[in-house]
This record gives sequence, C-alpha cells and structure tokens, in this order.
Amino acid sequence: MTQTNYLLKGTCLPDGSKSDIEIRDGKITAIGAMLPKAADAIEIDLTGSVVLPGLVDLHTHLREPGKEDAETVLSGTMAAAKGGFVAVSAMANTSPVADTAGVVEQVYALGQSAGFADVFPIGAVTQGLQGEALSEIGAMADSRARVRIFSDDGNCVFDPLVMRRALEYVKKFDGVIAQHAQDPRLTIGAQMNEGEISSRLGLKGWPAVAEEAIIARDILIADHVKSRLHICHLTTAGGVEIIRWAKARGMDVTAEVTPHHLLLTDESALSYDPIFKVNPPLRTQRDVEALREGLADGTIDIVATDHAPHPAEAKECEWQEAAFGMLGLESALAIVNQTMVATGLMTWEAVADRMSHAPARIGRYTDHGQKIAIGNLANLTVINPSQSYRVDRDLVASRSRNTPFHEMDLQGVIAATFYRGQPTYLNGKLTPQGGR
Amino acid sequence: MKHLLSINDLSKAEAISILDTAQELARVSDGPMKKLPTLRGRTIVNLFAEDSTRTRISFEAAAKRLSADVINFSAKGSSISKGESLKDTAQTLQAMGADAVIIRHGASGAAQRLADSHWMSGAVINAGDGTHEHPSQALLDAFTIRRHLSKGGSDLAGLRVAIVGDVLHSRVARSNVLLLSKLGAHVVLVAPPTLLPVGVESWPCEISYDLDAVISNVDAVMMLRIQLERMNELFFPNAREYSRYFGLNSDRIRALKADAIVMHPGPMNRGLEITADAADGARSVIVEQVANGVSIRMAILYLLLAGSQEIGAAL
Repeated sequence: MTQTNYLLKGTCLPDGSKSDIEIRDGKITAIGAMLPKAADAIEIDLTGSVVLPGLVDLHTHLREPGKEDAETVLSGTMAAAKGGFVAVSAMANTSPVADTAGVVEQVYALGQSAGFADVFPIGAVTQGLQGEALSEIGAMADSRARVRIFSDDGNCVFDPLVMRRALEYVKKFDGVIAQHAQDPRLTIGAQMNEGEISSRLGLKGWPAVAEEAIIARDILIADHVKSRLHICHLTTAGGVEIIRWAKARGMDVTAEVTPHHLLLTDESALSYDPIFKVNPPLRTQRDVEALREGLADGTIDIVATDHAPHPAEAKECEWQEAAFGMLGLESALAIVNQTMVATGLMTWEAVADRMSHAPARIGRYTDHGQKIAIGNLANLTVINPSQSYRVDRDLVASRSRNTPFHEMDLQGVIAATFYRGQPTYLNGKLTPQGGR
Repeated sequence: MKHLLSINDLSKAEAISILDTAQELARVSDGPMKKLPTLRGRTIVNLFAEDSTRTRISFEAAAKRLSADVINFSAKGSSISKGESLKDTAQTLQAMGADAVIIRHGASGAAQRLADSHWMSGAVINAGDGTHEHPSQALLDAFTIRRHLSKGGSDLAGLRVAIVGDVLHSRVARSNVLLLSKLGAHVVLVAPPTLLPVGVESWPCEISYDLDAVISNVDAVMMLRIQLERMNELFFPNAREYSRYFGLNSDRIRALKADAIVMHPGPMNRGLEITADAADGARSVIVEQVANGVSIRMAILYLLLAGSQEIGAAL
C-alpha cells in the first residue's frame, strides 16, 4: 500500500533531547533539530510531547473468538492504538481456547486485517486451560502466528509437574511460560484481597500468599530446568521481594505489573461496585508502593495492561456475581506517567524500556521495541505528559465500558500512535493502516 | 437516614433513637389495638433472595402493624430462580411503586448495590447480605440486652458481651460488633482461629480462643449458628470437638454471672453450638429476641418511611 511520509516537529526523545523525526516508507529516516520538510511529507507539530518507541502489551484479552459482545480483535486493537500500543498479545482464554495452531492463526490473521496493531497470540499451556495435558505448543510455535508466549492466564498452572514439563518444552524454540500465579486451593470463591477490608465487607479473601507461594515455587522450577518464566500481573510486596531475590541470583525470570495495580487499592471495594473487581485483586497501599518501587528499579520488567473487557451485565450486578477484569489499554500510559514519571520515580527512557523494549524482548517480537534510531521501523507513541483528560467510559474505543477510571482525571494524553510509519491514532482519530 | 444498609450508617444517637422508638412501639403491641395507621397506603416489598423464616415474617408483621401494604417476593418460585438479575428485579419493583425494599440476599453488598444504583428510588433496608451485615438483628439484640441489663440507661456502657462461634461467616457478628461497641459495650469474640476473619484485630472488640476463660465474666453470651455445610471445610475437626470447646452447655451456663443472659439469633443447631437445656433454660432470652425483632423492625420502618417528627403524633 502507499505510504505517506511524515515529519514530526518539536518532539522530545526519551533521553530528554529535543528533536524532529522524519518518517519515510515506514521507517525513521532522520532525527535531528530543525529538519527540513520534504515536499511529499506531512508535518505534524508535536511541541511539548514525548516520543517513545511504540508500546507493546504482553497481556491483552481480545475476547475473539467467542465473546465478541465484549471485544473483537478489531475493537481491541483500536483501543490499543488509542492507548499508544503498536503490538498486543492476545490471551488464550477465548472460546474455543487458543490451544491449537488453527485458533492462534485465526487471531493472528484478524489482527493483520484489522490494521491497528500487530496481534501476537499467546498459546494455552494446557488443553482447554484445564491444567492437565499440554496443548499443541510446538504446532502453535511453528504456525504463522509464531507463538512464543504460553499462558493459561485466568487459571494458574497449578500442577508442578505440568509446569516443569511446559517450561522444559518451550526451550525448543526459546519460548516462555507466563504464569498466572494463584494457588487455587487458597483462593476458592475468592472475591478481593484478603485483609481488613475483605473481612469488614464479608467478601471472601484472595490472600497475598496464594500468589507468592506459586511465584516462589515456579522460580525454583524454572531455574532447575533453566527455562524462561514470566510472572503475570504481580500484585504484592512479597512477590516483588521474591523476584528481586531471584534476579539477584541470576535466575531467568521476568515479571509484569498492570497500570491498575500501580494506582488503585482494595479500598475501592468499599463501594461494592464490581467495576473494581479484578483478578488478581487490588491490594493495599503498601503493595502499590512496593510495585512502583519494583518497576522503577527494574525488579519488575514490564507494564502489561491485562485489558479485560466485559459486557455491561457482567458488572451491573452484585460483587460476587460479577466478572473479574477491567479495561486497560487506553489509560495505561497516562497511569504510568502519573504514578511513575510525574512522581519522579522513573525517566521516559525507563518507560520506553518497561513498555516497549522489554516486553518486545520477552515476547521475541523482533520488529518491536526497537530504539528510536535511523533505519528502524517507525513504531512510535507520542504522549503529551502535561495535559490531563477526564476518562469517560462512553468514549472508549473498546467495545466494553468497564473502565475503573470513569470520571477520573488522568495525566497524559496520547497525541499520536505510528504503526509501521503510519498513524493509527492522530488528532483524536483512529485510522486503520493495514499490516505488513 | 434514607436507607439502613450497615450499622455504620447510624450514629450512636440514631441507634438509641431506634431502640427508644421500638420501646414505645412495643407498648402499643402489648395493648389491645396492635395496629397503627402510620404507613397506610405505603408499599413495602420483602425481597428475599435467600431463605429466611423469622426475619421475613418479622418484617412482614412489623410492616402490617404499621398498616403498610406488604408484597412478599422470595427466590423460590419467582423470576430470581429463573436467573433474573438484581437490576431487573429492582426495576420491576420500582415500576410497581415500592416505597421500601427489604432485601435479604446471599451476596455481600447486595443491599448497598441496590441503594447506590439508579435501579430504584425507594428506601432499602438490609435484612442480611451474605457474610456482611444484618443490622436489624443487631438492633434487636441491643434492644434485648438493654431491656435486661442496662438498668434504665439508654446505652450499653459497662456491659460485656461475648459473641461465640462462626464469626468468619456471620453477618450477625459483624453488625453486633459495630453496634454494641458503638453503644458502649465491651465485645469479646470467641471462636477457633479458623473461624475468625483475617484482620479481626482491627475490629473494636477483644478476641479469645477460650470460651471457659471468658464465660464467667460476661453479661450476655450470644451464640452463633454453625452452618452444617462448614463441617467439611476444615474449620474444625468435627462437631463433637467444636461443641466441647465452643458449645454452650449446662456446665458453662453454671459458670455465668448471676444475671447474665443467653442469646441466639436463630435458627439454632441444638446439640452443636447450644444444648437444649441452655437454649430453653431460665437464662435464655432467645424467644424474647424474636418478639423484640418485630418492635425493632417497626421502629426502623417508622423512622425511615414516616419521618421522626411524626412519632409523637402517631402514638
């Protein structure tokens, strides 16, 4: 397809230097001050904005196939583009489950035809997410979707032998197992973080130890078989300590934190509004602070959204009847800006690492997470970090409206998302660009 | 006060005003003409999504004695058993012009969801939500304790109350801890550690694992029901061991102070948390609790729906 060329004026690179960026034929062709505008280029004034390598999400629920009333690959990648993402990783808990080459190829192809972001399917570790028999891991890895991340997300791979075998098996193609760390026996019927608030509200608790015990176990298993382990959505101070301990010993483990766990606490549940019901649950302020610290010092490698759309009826009900999960793609970068950059905990270079370089490296997404440098693909995210906006659930690009940030003011407005040199989101408008 | 969802909705003065109002209304109930015209023409819905006998009948009797029209709506044989959502049920009740909904529900927070939503506009009274709260039960318990033990005082200052048993799953315990402590009583929760919630140390009460160490030093002992489905959930080895350590039997009755009372919110598991002689003995006020429940619920409906300024005129 024909490519339009662009000249981005007045942006600030992650290292803080002011620079213009020229995009030609999908690539970055010049970086520097006062670049001249070529005759065929469109100039975009982005003064005051920060430009980042295009964001990569390793944890996205796109709901297609099976729950198209909540989200589709198209609507989910539109939300991604609006949030500054150029690549998302579609979790396997669809219906049918992504446990065969056929399903992952379908999801991959839907992403390519939507044209808003690359969609990298995540394969199920076990058949039907049941935790018993391995799914067709090799076939998914060799399929056109080239799956590298495997996860039973939503379910924990609880059987340590299954976990061991999965970790060993994915070494064949440099894959990684992304574990949803939740001891199912310690969390039967669990509704929210176990603590003073759950006890007061009479809601069944989801104790921190149910997460931490699995993290500790799997780190030891992964180290024993020398394979790659990724811990999904870390939520507890104790979990951060365990990962820190493992990394200090050189163990090959990576971990993610969601934007909502960087901002919200279990006090949100005092409203009994299940918009705040999420798995793993919102924890305490002490946990939030430990997560921020862990993300800042690199103990936590990446931010991942765990974008989890649900139809209205799944949240317009009693807390214990409601579905777990909240939207995340569109508000992720603003929350990271607000909780990590504006607070002085992290630089933009660190944000580029946690939200682009590192997730691309973990997923082995070679076209993504590249530095902003001449010759590299122009996957770019531009944010105006000083501007604020009020979240309105009626204005989201996602097909669902279950954002916990409705009517909250968030700091940081996405000015543009460039996906392979073309804007998927610019001036508040979404434009599909077709894939490669 | 628009709704009664939690004891936290009440100030100490408001709680005492409910007890005082109930006392006045009890006098009427004892008289020859039990019925008051106060809520004539008002529609009250008993929305019971969970099984209940005494609470539902108690609220129904209370509403009828105030001349309200009462609609009973229970899970069995209703649209709830067909999978209708709380939202749709609420909108249906709203369309039928319910002035108040008394809700019993298995989900903690269901009453608050109903009150906070825009699904209906009437008053919401929590008649027990999951393992969260049961405020009218706590109010009738406080009323019963005050009648017997406060020696004319308006609150419960200086009294010691033991609440014994499955605190973890008990909405009665949660509401009572909040209300009795608000009214000045000293509450001791007595249970095996497995049946106490995480974080209970932050509650306004004392914790004990030893009923025998507590029993001789309290003015009221309130036994909680052990639900039979807890038997196989590893909370204690077996029923016999539970009864031995935490059951109220004749030995423990003898250890009570001379004027101490025995309470139970019902329904009882005789032989498990309480023996028949303890339940039926001279110390027991369990049947009186039921009678007091009607007066308390009349007071709640009265204060929520008729407005406190009318109380003098009505009586």
